[in-house]
Formats: sequence, structure tokens, C-alpha cells
Amino acid sequence: MPEKVLLNSADIERALVRVAHEIVERNKGASNIVFVGIKTRGVPLAQRLAKIILDMEKVDAPVGSLDITLYRDDVSSLSFKHVVQQSNVPFDISNRHVILVDDVFYTGRSIRAALDALMDLGRAETIQLAVLIDRGHRELPIRADFVGKNIPTARNEEIKVYISEVDAVDKVTVRKPGAGGGEEHE
Amino acid sequence: MNDQKLSISGQEALPPLSIESWQHRHVLDLDDFTRDEINLVFEIAEAMSEVIARDVKKVPTLRGKTIATMFFEPSTRTRSSFELAAKYLSADTVSLDSVKSSVAKGESLIDSLRTLQALGVDTIVMRHPCSGAPYIAAQNLETSIINAGDGCHAHPSQSLLDMYTLRRHLGDLNDIKVVIVGDITHSRVARSNIWGTKALGIKLTICAPPTLLPHGLQAMLNKCGLDHVTVEHDLDVAIRDADAVMSLRLQKERQQSGLVSSIREYIHLYQLTTQRLALARPGAIVMHPGPMNEGIEISREVAYSSQSLIEEQVTNGVAIRMALLYLITGGKIR
Repeated sequence: MPEKVLLNSADIERALVRVAHEIVERNKGASNIVFVGIKTRGVPLAQRLAKIILDMEKVDAPVGSLDITLYRDDVSSLSFKHVVQQSNVPFDISNRHVILVDDVFYTGRSIRAALDALMDLGRAETIQLAVLIDRGHRELPIRADFVGKNIPTARNEEIKVYISEVDAVDKVTVRKPGAGGGEEHE
Repeated sequence: MNDQKLSISGQEALPPLSIESWQHRHVLDLDDFTRDEINLVFEIAEAMSEVIARDVKKVPTLRGKTIATMFFEPSTRTRSSFELAAKYLSADTVSLDSVKSSVAKGESLIDSLRTLQALGVDTIVMRHPCSGAPYIAAQNLETSIINAGDGCHAHPSQSLLDMYTLRRHLGDLNDIKVVIVGDITHSRVARSNIWGTKALGIKLTICAPPTLLPHGLQAMLNKCGLDHVTVEHDLDVAIRDADAVMSLRLQKERQQSGLVSSIREYIHLYQLTTQRLALARPGAIVMHPGPMNEGIEISREVAYSSQSLIEEQVTNGVAIRMALLYLITGGKIR
């Protein structure tokens, strides 16, 4: 099956605008919000959410980036190793509402790792999860607070998110296995 | 929106590095390291530097792994640096002291290492006075070996931290000029740095009196294709236009063994002083692998000047060793 486009650039933008509104509504304003994006594609998504909130609320929420490699549960117990990149959260998250941002929400293991990483950076008032795509198949009891788009999938399908800051184009695609190419990231 | 620039992919200036470029089960010397491998170590060390700078210096990455340090020679910084690196990554550590262990009862090196292996140790960090000892260990064991210094032969983690320190200050290291001055013959740091600088395209000048240079050095350099190395006896000449100068410790026993006619003469000709440093590039970096003999190979003013990165080398050493332990102990390559 060829790659099928599920969301285009305008769809992604509309989803982010709605999520940004929900974030502000849930937190009764944006004054105490900070964004932390999970590398790689969570970071530009977090920056876009912060930009929308700046235009909407005139509040400049800081944006950090988190690399979760050191917290993954597959480094020592399973067997795969990844290049560790630098995290950059140049502000104190203590007593702030941290909006954790990722592109695809799948098994929940990346989020588990990100939560551990955030705990090491300080004691946040709350941690809330915002994702562009929720594709289901959770393996841990973790849920998202804000979802751009729910996309029910089969486990063997590949969801791929392209974000222009990283991939030169904005779109979300689905692909059946065996169609070749495409690397899934969660 | 605040204006801070967040890098999406880590190091913007460098092409993306792949974990597949890492090919080592052991770290014995840098002679078999590619530029990509060294840059991979540096990139991961950057992430580790961020962890070290936190209030809570601990990540769970190597939970359940055990790292043994086995030192048959005295050491303060290297051993504690490896042990801290292991602890920051949540590995368990066990340390064998040759004086207090069964080595003192006459157990052979291989048997001691096999015992550690049988105890379930994942990685052994070893220092040994005999050049090549870690190679024998690597040939005889399944466990990964990291060489923390063998005789006069190699000290790869020190060389990596030296070049990492340079990279953090100078950025691109291609074609920079580095001078290593001191007792080259007995220096494993100099030897590993010869290989490391070659991999990174650094121009290296080795400076020492003829008595402190190994016999047949030039022939060896020619034979191994180490044409990035220049040998110079006069420090005032060697240091000209250098981007960085590394001074090596002069062991006082060298004078008794006749390699240096007098310490005073050595100081006169080879001490890294403010006057000599002025001949290098403005702001040239000063390094020393430690321990220092202040007032012998390096003057106190230089050692504690703003150009000196000697303390930072120690801090960077922990990040480099965390990166090595991660790469060696943390799971397989996909």
C-alpha cells in the first residue's frame, strides 16, 4: 500500500491551534506554562504551540528540548543503543505547569522515559502531555491530556510525522508494512 | 516566543552521526578509531556534560550493569573519574586494588580478570604498568575492557578528553596546531594523542630534549604514516602559532637516571612560562594531563591563568568516560 497522507499542513496547523486553546483553557491562562518538546519532532511542535499562545495571550512561554535516550528502558535490558543528544531546558521547571510535547503517542514508553527525565530536572506543579497524533496501542497506563488527532491504527502500520523544521514539509502519513522506506519514531 | 535557539538535531555544524559508526567492544587505544567514532564520543559527551551540570547528577541508563575498576598503578583522577562516570549512569561499581587483592597473594593477571568476569562484571576498566596488558585481557575475556593506561603505551580516555576540551573551546579542530612538550618517552598520553590528533586532522608538534624522545621516533612516525607530527627540540620554536600547548609531567626520577642533566636546566629550556606562552596564538589553550609539578614543567602563573583549562580537563574527563561507558556497556547496535 502506498503512503497515504492523513493530515496536511493546514490540518496540522488547525490541530495545533485547537490544542493551544485547550492548554490555555485548562490552565486558566498561560502565565505559568512552560513547554518541553521531546526530540526530535516534539521540539518544533512545542515551539509552534508557544508561538500560537504568544499571539493569542501575549505570554511568552519558554520552550525546552528533551533527549530521552538516557532514560529509555531498552538501553540495558533489551539491546539497542542510540546516539545521546543534549537536552536543553534552560529554565527551572519547579512549580510550573510543564506541557510535554511529542509527535506520535504510541506505546507510552517514550513518555515514561520523558517523565523520569523531567523528574530529575525539578518538581513541576503539573506535567501535562500534548501530542499531535495518538495512534493507540498503549503498553503503560499513561494518557495524553491534549491530542491533535486520534488515528486508530494496526500495530503493523507505520505512522510518520513530517515537520517542516526537520523534514522540509508538514504532513502525517500512514503506510502498511512491506511498502518499504520510512522509519517510525515514537 | 522567546528567542533562544534550540538545536533540533544537536550539533548543527556537524553532519548527523550514526550510532552504527561505533565499532568497538573494547577501548584499548585510539589507533583504530575513525574520525566519526571520535566525534560520536564527543557528541554523547556533550549530553553527559549537561547531566553533570545538573543538581541531580544521575541518569538511570546503566542500571543493573556492573563496572569494575582494576588499577595496578596509583591513580587519583582517572580512577575516581571512571567510578563517578559509572555512578552518574547508575551502574554499580567494584574496585580492585592490586595491593589489597589476591594479586598480592600471587594470583596472575588473567586469573584476577577471569574472577571478575565470573562475578558477572560487564566492563573492566584497567590500568597496568605493563604496556599491552589490556590487550592480553581483551584476548582472553568476553568482558569488555577499557584501557585506563598501560605502561608507556596508551591512555585513550585521556586523549579523548584532551581533544574534547579543545573542541569545546575551538570548535572545528581540523588543521589546528597543538604542541605537546615534556617527557614523551614515558608518556602514554602523548602516544594516544598522536593517534587521536591524526584521526581529527590536528597538526601536532612534539617537543622534548632528545633524551626524552623515544628511540627511532622519526622512523616510527614515517612507517605509520603519521605525517601530521613534527618533532622539535626547541620549545620557543615549537610553540610559535600554536592553538594549544600541553605540558607533560617531568618525573623527578628522570634526573637520577641521567635523562635530564639537571632539573634547573630542564626548567630553563622546557618550562611553560608566560613569556613562552606569549609566542603562541593569542589566547592559546594550556592543558596538562596531571598530576602537575608546578614550577618544573609549568609555571604557577600559567597553570592558573585564564588560558589554562587544566581543571576543565578533569570535569570533561567524567563526561568522556560516561560516553565511553555508555557506548561500551549500554546495549548492542541495532
